[in-house]
Amino acid sequence: MSIRHYAIALSIVIALVLQIMPMPAIADLYRPDWVLLVLSYWALALPNKVNVGVAFITGLILDILLGTSMGVHSFAMCLCIYVLATNYKRLRNYSVWQQSIIIGVIAALYNSVIFWLQHLITDIYFLFDYLWPVASSMVIWPWLFWLLRKIRRQLRLH
Amino acid sequence: MNLMFSSGPSLPNRLALALLLSVSLIVFDHKFDGFGTTRVYLNSLVSPLQYLANLPGQLLNASASRFVSHERLFNDNAKLTHDAMLMNAQLQRLTFLREENDRLRSLLNSPVQDNTRKVVAELMAVDNNPYSHQIVINKGAINGVFEGQPVLDDKGIVGQIMQVSSTNSRVLLIADVTHAIPVRVARNNVRLVVSGSGSLNELIIQHVAHSSDLKVGDVLLSSGLGNVYPEGYPVATITSIIRDESRPFAQVRAKPIAQLDRLKYLLLLWSERTLEEAPKTEVTGK
Repeated sequence: MSIRHYAIALSIVIALVLQIMPMPAIADLYRPDWVLLVLSYWALALPNKVNVGVAFITGLILDILLGTSMGVHSFAMCLCIYVLATNYKRLRNYSVWQQSIIIGVIAALYNSVIFWLQHLITDIYFLFDYLWPVASSMVIWPWLFWLLRKIRRQLRLH
Repeated sequence: MNLMFSSGPSLPNRLALALLLSVSLIVFDHKFDGFGTTRVYLNSLVSPLQYLANLPGQLLNASASRFVSHERLFNDNAKLTHDAMLMNAQLQRLTFLREENDRLRSLLNSPVQDNTRKVVAELMAVDNNPYSHQIVINKGAINGVFEGQPVLDDKGIVGQIMQVSSTNSRVLLIADVTHAIPVRVARNNVRLVVSGSGSLNELIIQHVAHSSDLKVGDVLLSSGLGNVYPEGYPVATITSIIRDESRPFAQVRAKPIAQLDRLKYLLLLWSERTLEEAPKTEVTGK
């Protein structure tokens, strides 16, 4: 019918595309966790619509797209979205900069859970470069928050 | 009374369910390899997203090739004609040498080398998963691509096919930590195993005795043992050898010859053996 019904799904699809878009090797290192950020926003704004279930399905799609073992990304994504969805009332009242720090912590949790699961499966070893997405996600958050809130208010999603 | 999650199980229960499902999926996928054929369909299902993600780069390439200057094209053409001339001259020698080699091999009662079919594939996407090195190419099951197929670029071996979907497939690069390839040194036929280090321009050679005859700059060719890669394609050059007697083995590092960080066109190989094994799959040679 109207875009209102697809807005959330569409934003997740765009995040998935941004997550897998080919980039030069130097920029690739700093790619923010787009999917996690978009899901985090929706989990804070509309926790009755987007929570663990959506996170699980999106995580599985991410697993297929990235060629990891099925379940790795869905595990990490569910855990992070759960933390946000249970504390949404408190987190909503924070200023966007405080939220940005919380998102940093969540992104660090997300990346380390994925690293830890991958470490159990294959014997990769830890490089500090793996934590760059945490920093870039923190930087992107205020802008993404502003954009998605504008879209949400425009479409009157609640 | 929480009305937000009134339908379905409560949030902690949902989390428990999702985590349990994830863990069982990981175990099912990794330990039992349970998604062997399902993954082909799943990959085909999400491939529109991959094409979408690839679109901006493709548009950029298309516009770049549209606005090439006349002079540049002219120069390129002259250079390519020149190269083709030189190549053809070498090719004349090659047919003669190959016949001679086959004759000598048959005299020695060793098997004559396979002819291979090649198909050019194009890079579609590079995975941004930092823990493994994989790329996606634009040839899939309908082109006859199979799992374990060797992939090369114009310089040397790139990797092998890991997952096939209907129109594209995923390549595991030789630099991946889970990958290893049997090689021999071109100079003296010492056999080694080169494994990936997780970094794109470094490979590790494990279990090398201190006394083995290796030098920095030695070229390593695929040895054909292991029946995945054909024999005699360049893999890597040795960059450093540390012979520390207090350690059980020498530490040898190598650099891949194929430029793994700037792949564009790739070659897929079908050896005669694999063609015979799978006569049903149609192979489109170029």
